[in-house]
Amino acid sequence: MEKLLLTDETSMNQVFTEKDGYNHVSFLDAIDENDRVDGVAKVTGKAKYFAEYQLPGLTYGVLVTSTITKGKIVDIDTKAAKNAPGVLDVLSHMNKPAVAGYEQEGGSPMKIFYTDQIFYNGQPIALVVANTFERATYAASLVKVSYHKEAFNTDFKSSIKDEKVKKLQGQPPYKRGMEDAYKTAEVKVEQVYTMPVETHNPMELHGIIADWRTNDQVTVYAKTQGVKATQNTIANVFKIPVENIQVNSEFVGGGFGMALRTWPLEIATIMASKQLKKPVKLVITRDQMFTMVGNRPAAYQKIGLGATKEGKITGITHIAFGQSATYENFTEGVVNMTKFMYDSENVNTNYYVIPLDMGVPIWMRGPGEATGAFALESAIDEMAHALNMDPLDFRIKNDPEKDLAQNRPFSSKYIKEAYRLGAEQIGWKNRKMIPGSLIDGSWQVGYGVSIGVFNASRGRASVKGILKADGTLVLQSATSDIGPGTGTGMTLIASRLLNIPVDKIVFELGDSSLPPAPSQGGSATLSTVGSAVNDVCVSLKSTIAELAANSNMDAHAHFTEVLKKNNLPMIEVTKQSQANAEAKNYSMYSFSIHFVQVKVHQLTGVVKVSKVVSVGDSGKIVSPKTARSQMVGGAVGGIGMALMEEALLDNRYGRYINNNFADYHVPVHADVPEIDVIFIDKADPIINPMGAKGMGEIALIGFAGAVANAVFNATGKRIRSLPITPDKILQA
Amino acid sequence: MINFQYLRTTAVKTALNLIVKDPKAVFIAGGTNLIDLMKRGVATPEKLIDINHLPLKDIELVNNVLQVGALTSNTALAEHITVKQQFPLLMLALQSGASAQLRNVATVGGNMMQRTRCGYFYDITMPCNKREPGSGCGAINGYNRMHAIFGTSESCIAVHPSDMCVALVALGAQVVILGHKGERKINFSDFHRLPGTTPETDNNLRKGELITKIQIPINGFNQNYHYLKVRDRSSYAFALVSVAAALIIKNGLISDARLAMGGVAHKPWRLTSSEDFLKGKAGTTANFEAAAQLAMKDAKSFGENDFKLKLAPNAIVEALTIAKSKS
Ligand SMILES: Cc1cc2nc3c(=O)[nH]c(=O)nc-3n(C[C@H](O)[C@H](O)[C@H](O)COP(=O)(O)OP(=O)(O)OC[C@H]3O[C@@H](n4cnc5c(N)ncnc54)[C@H](O)[C@@H]3O)c2cc1C
Ligand code: SF4
Repeated sequence: MEKLLLTDETSMNQVFTEKDGYNHVSFLDAIDENDRVDGVAKVTGKAKYFAEYQLPGLTYGVLVTSTITKGKIVDIDTKAAKNAPGVLDVLSHMNKPAVAGYEQEGGSPMKIFYTDQIFYNGQPIALVVANTFERATYAASLVKVSYHKEAFNTDFKSSIKDEKVKKLQGQPPYKRGMEDAYKTAEVKVEQVYTMPVETHNPMELHGIIADWRTNDQVTVYAKTQGVKATQNTIANVFKIPVENIQVNSEFVGGGFGMALRTWPLEIATIMASKQLKKPVKLVITRDQMFTMVGNRPAAYQKIGLGATKEGKITGITHIAFGQSATYENFTEGVVNMTKFMYDSENVNTNYYVIPLDMGVPIWMRGPGEATGAFALESAIDEMAHALNMDPLDFRIKNDPEKDLAQNRPFSSKYIKEAYRLGAEQIGWKNRKMIPGSLIDGSWQVGYGVSIGVFNASRGRASVKGILKADGTLVLQSATSDIGPGTGTGMTLIASRLLNIPVDKIVFELGDSSLPPAPSQGGSATLSTVGSAVNDVCVSLKSTIAELAANSNMDAHAHFTEVLKKNNLPMIEVTKQSQANAEAKNYSMYSFSIHFVQVKVHQLTGVVKVSKVVSVGDSGKIVSPKTARSQMVGGAVGGIGMALMEEALLDNRYGRYINNNFADYHVPVHADVPEIDVIFIDKADPIINPMGAKGMGEIALIGFAGAVANAVFNATGKRIRSLPITPDKILQA
Repeated sequence: MINFQYLRTTAVKTALNLIVKDPKAVFIAGGTNLIDLMKRGVATPEKLIDINHLPLKDIELVNNVLQVGALTSNTALAEHITVKQQFPLLMLALQSGASAQLRNVATVGGNMMQRTRCGYFYDITMPCNKREPGSGCGAINGYNRMHAIFGTSESCIAVHPSDMCVALVALGAQVVILGHKGERKINFSDFHRLPGTTPETDNNLRKGELITKIQIPINGFNQNYHYLKVRDRSSYAFALVSVAAALIIKNGLISDARLAMGGVAHKPWRLTSSEDFLKGKAGTTANFEAAAQLAMKDAKSFGENDFKLKLAPNAIVEALTIAKSKS
């Protein structure tokens, strides 16, 4: 691997020495300053996750969930449960604990234990609290619930065509040029692409520990992507001042979007702690992870694509339907990328959601866009095939110079180079134009490509920096790290700017009392919080320079000497940072190009992803190792999305039937080939001082399309419904 | 999960005494299946008799028959030198099951006794004749992608999920069982049963009996063999369809053949008519295809598992082809 050079603060653009202009990161990097700052703590068990906090007198909650899909609770018989050993209480709407915020607000989000309404199967309807987890689990099994059942609908597929089923507009319709222009094109593709419900299912189960220290003061240990967001939600629901709420969430065992809101189950736990005046811990079970903390919605997408015989796109139509819930609505950016990704005069999109009697969905990595990209990028591949063009040439030919949807330039975009580099690396020249013509023993071999794109944003965040005479720097911000390596990225930014070794820098996060920062989502943390770190470091540096000048010291004197000379144990600064005005004139996006090689077994239909090259065009890479990990994780998630993930719900009962890790498949090591990651690594001149754009989402977005396209190239079989399992190959 | 009593013994006799007295008592070996069933409320034993300390872990070769103690772990069995040399088919089948962690604690007896993975069986709010006789079969008109195509009944279409058992039935193993009235032996192919009208009974082990051993005769099926497991991911997934295939090839002709399938029936499914067909024939693709077609006689699918009608014969051909190509 090329060595990282620590340069002075003015030339972030020279951070990498690049022989060929790009930063290849090899599989086994030597241990160096790019390591995760908390890596050792994580692998040695020192890192403490929310469920590991042992508070004195801790009690344990276990949820009772509804076994019907829609209707009303007639009665909850808690007698046996309450008499079971160790049980402290059973909370439900029958004894409705007082929650000030519930009385004032509207119907959404779902108010837990507030009414007798059942909105979906698996809805939490009671919380048993006992002095051990096992006792609470046993007592929960003794709670008897009687219901009044009502007819329900969980059937997404048949609801699409059923006119009696209500559809809501998920996003205003969009039109540029002529509507449905594809219909009159010389060559057209018109297809439907479907996706099942996927669940986030990080290793760490969801939950919370709540501890009311006084009547209006609560501390929680949470699994959250935003400590400030959690703090605000609690303040709103319980009507206590924000400063009376302490939210701790230093380590998070994976979020993928599901920890972007405070779920009813967390409110229930906080309620219970308040009522019992004891700390209460709730950790839900794996099967509850399928129904209580959201999911990626199922989707049905129609794409119409028109082109001239020469391969110029003339029209794109994208109509999408997503699954939502009856008691709360959820929408996402399924059709977003269609509006600007290709150079087409005519584009129209529409997006509807169908409220079903299911738990409400939530963003899942690459939210919406990952769903949309599967459809759009499959259709693009279908068109290239119809035109007898190399799909890479077809994409390059239709790559727009500017954002036609917003009518403004891109802040930076190097995807043509990304196509070239990725193609070289995967050996695209070995791809055959005629599908099914490359054979390796019992396997058919194919290559596929797809693009991913996500908004590169920058929000507003504050960071406090404390530079100490002992040579150390402490940085603080109420941001989160759900796994990408937030602290590592921030530490590297500061290290380069101030020329302080990384082991002398501590970045504190996951604590609501620190300077405010937004939730970790939408790939914006490095851009947002990193900019504030930048500003803090620049400010500290100029303070030191001033102090040095005032005390007649050499301009290059080390800050420790400057501080000592001035008798200062430390200097401190807090900076708030946000996007500059210029940003409004540009469209800012991160891009990824995924190349995959697949092998498909001719007799069994088994698909193996045998090679992956993911190219990231996301501005300057600040933290090469964790950036690479993001791309690798995205590719692994993409293999799951493409080949195996599917939550199966039996519409006769409204219940999931594969709600465990044996039956809900995510990739195992043996499914994951070596993954090559290439970064364009060129700074974006607009977005932020680092020139870095987010990349958590683009790592996944588009990946499934690349696999589907490779499967087509290998077999001539176009699978338009995810996941691509052996049965679908055999029956195609 | 209900409150239960836990007892441990080192003597086979005590274990049998404990179980026979108490209708709500069960043996626990590795616990990898039983504990899951207890967590989901499917199994509600009041007494667990831990048999892990019984002296039933030996593997020895006696008169050309391999004797395997029922408490041998799946890992220990797969790694045993005689298994590697004489029964590599069994080794492959074991290694394709579950994950390394599970195989380390899962036992031979427990593997045979593991229950189906049918999703309706695992959810106590759903209908399932196997769990609650008379409640109906959730799978037959529901999600049955993983379900059986052979030997089904109107009351249950579940499959036995084991890989190990598929190899053992192909290898002609025997099961040694100890009960109060003494020891008895059953052919491995007669151990598991078809659902019929009593799907709640998985096998022919009687209440109060203990599996002590399995016996596998050395049979020469250690040159041309293959265990093919077709599944939704490369490891740690149950079989959509699996095939244990072994051939003895002499002078270019198949003198003996063994074939069995997993993931297709309520029991490991031996394909004797296909075996017979192959005997005396050349190992050509055409013959393998004909053997596969024979195997599919009487197959019946239920919608989501229609693909198995195509996958099963294809998998047989592939397994036989790989078995033949080994030398
Ligand atoms: C996630 C997951 C994936 C898996 N994947 C696979 C797979 O791919 N292929 C596969 O083949 N298996 C798979 N398994 C199943 C695994 O092989 C079984 O759970 C295991 O073999 C059971 O053995 P055990 O010793 O743990 O049994 P236990 O759970 O202890 O017992 C199971 C049953 O057997 C009874 N029992 C145990 N020993 C005896 C005995 N000697 N005599 C009489 N009764 C006895 C017990 O009373 C109990 O009813 C998987 C399991 C899990 C959890
Ligand atoms: S197939 Fe058997 S185990 Fe599955 S639901 Fe039907 S009866 Fe129960």
